[in-house]
Amino acid sequence: MIGAARSSLMWVVHLAVLLLVVIWTLPTAGLLISSLRDKDQLAVSGWWTALSSSSRNDVFRAPAADAQVERDGKFIITGNVSESGGLKVSAFGTSSREPGAFQPGETTDLADGAKLTVQEDGSFEIVSDTRMEGTRGQRIFYTASTPPRFTFDNYREVLNAEGIGASFINSLTVAVPATIIPILIAAFAAYALAWMEFPGRALLIAVVVGLLVVPLQMSLIPLLKLYNGVGAFFGVPAKTYMGIWLAHTGFGLPLAIYLLRNYMAGLPREIMESARVDGASDFDIFIKIILPLSFPALASFAIFQFLWTWNDLLVAMVFLGTGNNELVLTGRLVNLLGSRGGNWEILTASAFITIIVPLIVFFSLQRYLVRGLLAGSVKGG
Amino acid sequence: MQQLFYAIVTMAAGVLACVAYFFGTNWILDRIFPSKGLSGAKASQNLRITNAIRPWLFLGPALFALTIYLIYPVIESVWLAFHDKSGQEFVGIRNFVWMVNDGEFRQSIFNNFLWLLVVPAAATFFGLIIAALTDRIWWGNIAKTLIFMPMAISFVGASVIWKFIYDYRAEGSEQIGLLNAIVVAFGGSPEAWITIPFWNNFFLMVILIWIQTGFAMVILSAALRGIPEETLEAAVIDGANGLQIFFKIMIPQIWGTIAVVWTTITILVLKVFDIVLAMTNGQWQSQVLANLMFDWMFRGGGDFGRGAAIAVTIMVLVIPIMIWNIRNARKEMGGH
Repeated sequence: MIGAARSSLMWVVHLAVLLLVVIWTLPTAGLLISSLRDKDQLAVSGWWTALSSSSRNDVFRAPAADAQVERDGKFIITGNVSESGGLKVSAFGTSSREPGAFQPGETTDLADGAKLTVQEDGSFEIVSDTRMEGTRGQRIFYTASTPPRFTFDNYREVLNAEGIGASFINSLTVAVPATIIPILIAAFAAYALAWMEFPGRALLIAVVVGLLVVPLQMSLIPLLKLYNGVGAFFGVPAKTYMGIWLAHTGFGLPLAIYLLRNYMAGLPREIMESARVDGASDFDIFIKIILPLSFPALASFAIFQFLWTWNDLLVAMVFLGTGNNELVLTGRLVNLLGSRGGNWEILTASAFITIIVPLIVFFSLQRYLVRGLLAGSVKGG
Repeated sequence: MQQLFYAIVTMAAGVLACVAYFFGTNWILDRIFPSKGLSGAKASQNLRITNAIRPWLFLGPALFALTIYLIYPVIESVWLAFHDKSGQEFVGIRNFVWMVNDGEFRQSIFNNFLWLLVVPAAATFFGLIIAALTDRIWWGNIAKTLIFMPMAISFVGASVIWKFIYDYRAEGSEQIGLLNAIVVAFGGSPEAWITIPFWNNFFLMVILIWIQTGFAMVILSAALRGIPEETLEAAVIDGANGLQIFFKIMIPQIWGTIAVVWTTITILVLKVFDIVLAMTNGQWQSQVLANLMFDWMFRGGGDFGRGAAIAVTIMVLVIPIMIWNIRNARKEMGGH
C-alpha cells in the first residue's frame, strides 16, 4: 500500500517538474524557432505551428490581354499564382465575395466567354475562343497552404542590414576587458583583506559588504558629470571604451573583492605559515601560492562579470555613445524594439544573437557560476 | 576588427600596467627596506615597516576605484539632490517636494511597491518548490539547468522573448503571441496585455520572476542539501510524512538562506530598469523608480537635481538591507 502511494506520488513529482521545465523553457524555444522561420509564415501563424503547413488567403492578378498566345485557334494566358511556387491551392474564386467558390482543377466561366482553370500546384490557364481584350488582368482569389520553411535569412539580414554584427563586436569590446581588469585589482585587495594584518581591516570589509548593494543609480549622474568634466578638460570625448571599462571595473569590484576574500580566507593557514617560515614575503606567497589556489573563485567571478557586462544596458546607455561602432547589442535591441516593433523576424533573430554568447558561457561553465552564486550571497544567520 | 584590435591592445596595456604597478611597488619596497641579507634589529625593523606598508599597496588600486566609482558618487548624489537641475544652486528640499507631488513619481512608488511584494515572494516560492522537487528525481540536474538558464539572458533579451509571448493581433486574425493564442483557444478574446494599466505590472513582473527563480533555486537547493541527514532520518522514524518534513523540518532549517535569497532579489527589484524600458518605457502606468530616474537624467536636457533625488530614494530603500548584510557578515567573521 505504502509503496504504491509513494510511487504514484513520485509520478506527481515527475509531472510537476516536467510542467515547470516546459513553462520555463518554452519562451526561449519559441524565440529560437521563430527566428528560423520564413518571415511571411512567422507573421501569420504562431511558432507552435511551425511544423505544419500554414494556410493563407491571397489574391493574384493574372497578366493582361497582351500576354495571350494563340494555340490551336484558341487564345490562352498561362501562369502560376505564386512566384516562388511550393504551395498547394485548396480553393479559388474570381470575386472577393466568393474567394473559395471552386476546387482546384475545376473550370469556371469568366465574363467575356473565357474559361479559367486553376490547378492544385497554383498554375492557371485562361482559355478563350476569341481574342481577349482589356488592359487589366483577371483577379484570381485563392486559398493555399504552404509547407513549413526554415531559413537563416533572418539572421543574414540582421547581421548585415540591422547592424547586429557590428554591435556584436562592440559588446565583445566592452565585456572582455571589463572582465579581466577588475579580477587583477580585486585579487590583490582580497588577499590583503583576508590574510594581512593592518588597522582598519574590519572596517574596510564592512565597507565592501555595504557597497555590494549600492544601487547603480546613485553613481550615474555624478559619474556622467565627472566624465563630461574630464573630457572637456583634456579635450577628449566623454564617452569612450576606456570610460566604460573603468566604470564596469568600479561597479564590479565589491562583488569581486567579497567573493575572492571569502574564498582566500577559507584556504588553510598552514600553507602560508610554512611559506613564511621559509622566508617568503606576502607578495611571493600571494603570487606563487594563493593566486593559483584561488582559480575556482577567479573563474566564478569572471563568469559573473562577463555575463553582467555583456547583458548590461544601463551603464552602456550612460557611458557609451550610440554610434554604429559603439552601440552594444542590448542597446541595439532596445532601439529595434522601438523602430521595428512589429517585425518579429528581425526581433527574434537579433534577440537570439544577443543571448547566444551568455548561453554558451552558461552551459559550458555552469559549475563555476553555481559555486560563485553560493559564495556570493551573504550567508544568513 | 580595428576596434577589437584596439580593445586587445588597450587591455594588454591595462593588464601590464596593473602587473607593473604591483611588481614595481613591491620591488621598490624591498629595495628601500631590505630584510634579506641583513641581520638582527635592522632586519626585523624593516620587516615590520614593509608589513605595515604592503597591505596598502595591495589595496591601493581597488580603494581608488571604489572611491571614484561608488563612494564619491553616493555623496555627490545626495548633494545634487538638494540642488537645481544643473547642480549649481542650492534649492533645499524643493526636489523632494516636487517628487512627492508628482503623479508619475507616486505611480512609480506604488508600482515599485507592487514589484517588491510580488517578485521576491514568487521567485523564492518557485525556487524553493523546484529545489525540493528536483532533489528527488534522477533527472533533477537537467531540470535545474533548464530552469536556471534564463539567468544568463539579459533583461532586454528576456523582454523581447516575453513581448513576443504577449503579442497582440486584432480579434479574428490568427494570434502569433502564445498567451493570446491560449486565451483564444479557450474561447476568450485577445488583449494587448502590456497596455492594460495596473495589470500590465504583473505581466512585466513575470519576466523578472522567470529570470530569478533559477537563482533562488540554486541557493535553496544547496541549503536543503546542507540539512544533516540525521535530522531527516529522525523525522522519518518519528512517522512524519513528506509534507510535514518539508514544512516543519526543512523550511525552519533553511530560514536564514530564504531571507538571503529574498533580500538579494529585493535589491534587484528596486533597481529594475531594463525590463520596463524595453517593454513599455513607463507608458500605461507601468513606470518604476529606476526608469523614472534614468528618464530625468536626460529629459529636457537633463535635470540632475530631480534625477539625484529619485536615486537617493532608491538608496534609502536599500539601506536597511545593507545594514542587515553588514551585520550578518560581521557575525560570520566573528565566528571564525
